Amino acid sequence: MADVNRGNRPLSPHLTIYRKQYTSVTSILARLTGISLLGAVLLVVWWLLAAASGPDYFDCVNGLLTSWFGDLVLTAALWAVWYHFCSGLRHLYWDTGRGFELETAQKLAWGVIIGSVVLTVLTVIIL
Amino acid sequence: MVELALPKNSRITTGKTWPKPSGATNVRKFQIYRWNEEDGKNPSVDTYFLDMDTCGPMVLDALIKIKNEIDPTLTFRRSCREGICGSCAMNIDGINTLACIYGMDEIKGDVKIYPLPHMPVVKDLIPDLTHFYAQHASIMPWLETKTNRPAKEWKQTIEDRKKLDGLYECVMCASCSTSCPSYWWNGDRYLGPAALLHAYRWIIDSRDEATGERLDELEDPFKLYRCHTIMNCTKTCPKGLNPAKAIGSIKKMMVERSL
Repeated sequence: MADVNRGNRPLSPHLTIYRKQYTSVTSILARLTGISLLGAVLLVVWWLLAAASGPDYFDCVNGLLTSWFGDLVLTAALWAVWYHFCSGLRHLYWDTGRGFELETAQKLAWGVIIGSVVLTVLTVIIL
Repeated sequence: MVELALPKNSRITTGKTWPKPSGATNVRKFQIYRWNEEDGKNPSVDTYFLDMDTCGPMVLDALIKIKNEIDPTLTFRRSCREGICGSCAMNIDGINTLACIYGMDEIKGDVKIYPLPHMPVVKDLIPDLTHFYAQHASIMPWLETKTNRPAKEWKQTIEDRKKLDGLYECVMCASCSTSCPSYWWNGDRYLGPAALLHAYRWIIDSRDEATGERLDELEDPFKLYRCHTIMNCTKTCPKGLNPAKAIGSIKKMMVERSL
């Protein structure tokens, strides 16, 4: 690759000036949900560890995780699971070489958003 | 690597506000990125006002009018003024496009103009494209053949020629590559949508006899696979091409050849 002598050249602005697109927002959300799910998994593991280490500790952790705040966090995690899942399906479809037309890609983006919300609501109702 | 904040020498300050044209009724505000190495200052955004009743319809018309009538130091590349040379690519109203074929009626409110994103700036709206061109050269943008040269020309069926449509039209304006967050963070090693579209243009060419070598060259965690199908490239291409699809096709070929 060419060695670019930048000298004191400034870097032109990027993230802050670039307009958000359906496809770019749904893409970064896939990354963010993936990362935050790691935190959610730790919470669940913590809950299981608490269950294994005795009733007192379990009551404490269980109380926290089933409080309104715990519910909020875990519902958000549930949405993250579904979002990441739907987004993964979209990537599988792309991997077959299809769905790259702009209109299709934007529909898929909406599909992921709406699909993840619907699946989250359904899961909450059923469970 | 992901670096959300701009380096210290790149942070943008408020620049000069140039006087409004007198007696004009249809005035539009332009906010344009400025940087001049000789000033020794950080980049700034200057504000200009133009009388739209005496200005052409395209963003390039406005830039030329500013340069001619208000501020001759405003610097930008332009040549063909009809979307075929790719010189006047810049970030207009939040997307990358060619100033010459982007109408001002497509923009709501003030017209904000920056150089192509995440590139070293030479002056004002002119980015340094050295690395971008080197990446294009690295994909061997020419016909590679092994068999003996035919008496006349390398022939191709009409169907095979059709596979090049939507690929050969690229004018190398760099709008797509500089719209890609993956290219922003890993542009040193990720080839970016423009170079990969060109790579695919030669991979899919029925006359080319180096398909395997071309794919070998791209089979790399960075060169090809930093594409995460964000699709800013396809969305922004001023020529209406689809680099995301070309990259997807290369990825698919990689899988198919190892099956």
